Amino acid sequence: MMISKAFKRALWVFHVNSGSCNGCDIEIIAALTPRYDAERFGIKLVGSPRHADVLAFTGPITSDMVDKVKRVYEQTPDPKVVLVVGACGISGGVFHESYHLEGPIERIIPDAKCIYVPGCPPRPEAIINGVVKAWQFLEGVEK
Amino acid sequence: MKYEIPVGPIHPALKEPIMIKCTIEGERIVDVDVICSQNHRGIEWIGMNRNNPVQSIYTAEKICGICNLCHPACLVIAVEEIADIRAPERAEYIRVIQSELERIHSHLLWAGVAAHELGFDSLLHYVWLVREKVMDTLEIVNGARVPKDTIMYGGVRRDIKDEHIPKIREMIEYYRQAFDKLAKLFLEDKTIKMRTREIGILPYEDAIKLATAGPTTRASGVKKDVRQDMPYFAYPDFEVKAITPDMLTGKVVGDVYDRIIVRLLEVKQSMEIIEDALNNMPKGEILAEPKMIKLLNQIKKAEGEAIGRHEAPRGEDIHYVKLKSGFEHLYSWKVRAPTYINILSWRTMLMDMQIADIPIVAASIDPCMSCTNRVIIADERSGKEKILTSDDLHRLSVKKTRRLLR
Repeated sequence: MMISKAFKRALWVFHVNSGSCNGCDIEIIAALTPRYDAERFGIKLVGSPRHADVLAFTGPITSDMVDKVKRVYEQTPDPKVVLVVGACGISGGVFHESYHLEGPIERIIPDAKCIYVPGCPPRPEAIINGVVKAWQFLEGVEK
Repeated sequence: MKYEIPVGPIHPALKEPIMIKCTIEGERIVDVDVICSQNHRGIEWIGMNRNNPVQSIYTAEKICGICNLCHPACLVIAVEEIADIRAPERAEYIRVIQSELERIHSHLLWAGVAAHELGFDSLLHYVWLVREKVMDTLEIVNGARVPKDTIMYGGVRRDIKDEHIPKIREMIEYYRQAFDKLAKLFLEDKTIKMRTREIGILPYEDAIKLATAGPTTRASGVKKDVRQDMPYFAYPDFEVKAITPDMLTGKVVGDVYDRIIVRLLEVKQSMEIIEDALNNMPKGEILAEPKMIKLLNQIKKAEGEAIGRHEAPRGEDIHYVKLKSGFEHLYSWKVRAPTYINILSWRTMLMDMQIADIPIVAASIDPCMSCTNRVIIADERSGKEKILTSDDLHRLSVKKTRRLLR
């Protein structure tokens, strides 16, 4: 993999907390801050889904968040990838069977390209790995 | 002309889903309303319907991923009181060390977020770099960066071994050196002072009236701290004193700046407590009852109700637990997290402030939505939200009391 080609696209991530316990959220921020420093690759959090290439979802989707999650997904321009961080977004995690969950995420937005980062919470390295997978997918689209 | 500005639930300034509705006149905020429930996951229901009491400890840990020791601690304190389980002395010391490590990590995290809300991103990065040291220590002691999974009815599951102690001491030494720089950056920097002094004031009387908890109330001069007022675990041995901003500056204003002072001083206090605990930690067992099935049976037989209180980094955390003999799950479980009461102070703090102050004032109470969203009122058949009058609420409350008394 050539570096120049690899970093043609700087990935911008929009983070959506859809009922997470904050465990994953602090690890996402930890991945961006100096110890792991994903920002040096141009990966950064942006303030609007309209600027984003990757949507990072944390948490099982609670009933209140369903329409907001759908709206954020629709607002993000194509090509886009959904990065599901943490066990909750993948399967409901420890909250499965709860009466206030609509997730996992594939049930809400079935046609999304999802990249799963398992863990409760995943380590920052794993999150960066997930972003790399997202980048590989997006680069494939571009070809 | 009045305008209403909704902030959230998905908003770059808020890392968690909550909605703040601000009514503004020009730049001035004249009214504030807070709408939560976006983060409600039905954890109490899970504890009362799906899990056995031991599983509930680890679900309680997922109430909040940041302060993930305070909720299990409250639950364990309450259940231990009902089932009459006594944790060994060494376990109580380990619980104190874990709680204080958590406080350091949580307060540093907050300091970074506060710097970010002020637009001082280089300080965010510096603070989070400094914070990695305590994360490493937590990883050495617990095996994972974030979840601790260590607390258990009648003790702790993991010992602090001799080889861990030098690592923890090294961390304390590291923070002792970093502290002066952090204090200088946060307390003497002109930008931070301008953005936080006289901003988001919560006067002493209002802090008492709103029954706020934790650093939010202590920054208004109220000397309230569960570790001081009702010591639990091994806290009676350390004589913890509630920290108020006048200890450093000689006066109490109750603004965002004072909240920074309180949290900074608490990091220092936590380091002292950990050092003290390491020096005086007794030897011995760490679990009162290592056999899980025996323990579960003991809890299943127990009957009664109790309240567990713990001073979480964000304030006093309370769990109400009721056990019924022969009942597999917790018979009743009610969580009251500190943000739940602190959030009400937003209205007082934001009144007459500018729109640009919303993020830092909102962040200054260190809100934790994942802890807060416990109650939802929904009518499934009509699909409508229902507004309950005080009479309705009273009727429901009486009904619930009767049900619990049964």
